[in-house]
Amino acid sequence: MKPEIDLVPTPSQTVGPFFAIELTTDEHCIKCVAGPQAQGKRVWITFRVLDGDGAPVNDAMLEIWQADANGKYKHPEDVQPKKLNAGWMGFGRIATGEDGSCVLETIRPGRVAQGTPQAPHLTIAVFARGMLKPLYTRVYFAGDAANDEDPILRLVPAERRETLLARPDPARPGYWSFDVRLQGDQETVFFEV
Amino acid sequence: MDSVSTQVSIKPYARPPKGSQPPLLYEPYRATIKRAPLKPMIVLPHTLSEVTGPIFGHEKVGEKDNDLTCQYPGEPIGERIIVSGRVLDSNGRPVPNALIEIWQANSAGRYRHIKEQHPAPLDPNFSGAGRTLTDEHGAYRFITIKPGAYPWFNHYNAWRPAHIHFSVFGTAFITRLVTQMYFPGDPLFAYDPIFQSIPDERARQRLISRFDLETTEPQWAKGFKFDIVLRGPEDTPFET
Ligand SMILES: [Fe+2]
Repeated sequence: MKPEIDLVPTPSQTVGPFFAIELTTDEHCIKCVAGPQAQGKRVWITFRVLDGDGAPVNDAMLEIWQADANGKYKHPEDVQPKKLNAGWMGFGRIATGEDGSCVLETIRPGRVAQGTPQAPHLTIAVFARGMLKPLYTRVYFAGDAANDEDPILRLVPAERRETLLARPDPARPGYWSFDVRLQGDQETVFFEV
Repeated sequence: MDSVSTQVSIKPYARPPKGSQPPLLYEPYRATIKRAPLKPMIVLPHTLSEVTGPIFGHEKVGEKDNDLTCQYPGEPIGERIIVSGRVLDSNGRPVPNALIEIWQANSAGRYRHIKEQHPAPLDPNFSGAGRTLTDEHGAYRFITIKPGAYPWFNHYNAWRPAHIHFSVFGTAFITRLVTQMYFPGDPLFAYDPIFQSIPDERARQRLISRFDLETTEPQWAKGFKFDIVLRGPEDTPFET
């Protein structure tokens, strides 16, 4: 059967202001990526989404995709000879509150080594009213020795790499923060995927 | 397992053709002005992190989740419609098991959302939200109520054409698509900056569903077809 439709990918449109009635209901949010039995160092990352005026974006949704503590993805394209953590999915979905922030609970992922080895990272897709398509970024962990040899961080001008690093909270072990600045001097690096 | 090399090459996904996707900054849509990044984007060569993504199973979907007309004891008010189509990739391969989530206004143009201010009635029998998985041929089907147009504050006398929001997961995190489905012949298209933000005319038209007599059910509901194309791997088209 010949496909009868034009095969140019369907254009993206904004999620608009009302996505919460389906995408981020209590039932459909995934605020914890790692189930209780997941191996690895547990972390809590507080995200804050800010617009070009530095004002909090209170109607954004973040989706998170990450490997398990061994750097293994739950996906058929991942043929690394590693065992996936039992019950691992690797997907999260959270919505910002009035202060533009939201917290993700997960474990620190391992290094993905299919192709050039990468430093531990989370892939993030940001959706919001006023965004006609999602923005993709990555969260790396400040101080990780592998960051210096990460092939993707190396593509980013040195002076902008900082924007991709989650920062540890010195007072609370396991707690990190990551700002998504949509615009401005400290604009987060976004990737054209 | 042990014989598998860790240096397996990654099969990248095709980039969408120029003009087929909206820009980040589109001034007629005012909310983009403070939310669009202005620094250069970094072109990301695809790694395993991009070409993998969540794959959902039937546990994510209830049996009746694709029927928005039967979530309450009573029937919602409005024009009953059947929205169906297929999810394919840009090589023409069907995408089975794709999670599709939809949300929409009721027939009066009102969303059941806490921040919704449009003074139109809520319908106690309509949530406006549903989900389904595509079958092995990439096909899906929803039963719902035709949404009404609604006003917004983007510019003086601004009205959104009637639409249903679609969220789709394909095979990879970068094939993720959130879009809106419109209805044929809507007089509001010309005035809507969200619809008009797509530069390429043909790509833009792809967001408009078409009336379909074949899926229309006599004495019951009109059928609308809406096919969705996700990015596919950079390779030879599917032999058909
Ligand atoms: Fe809408």
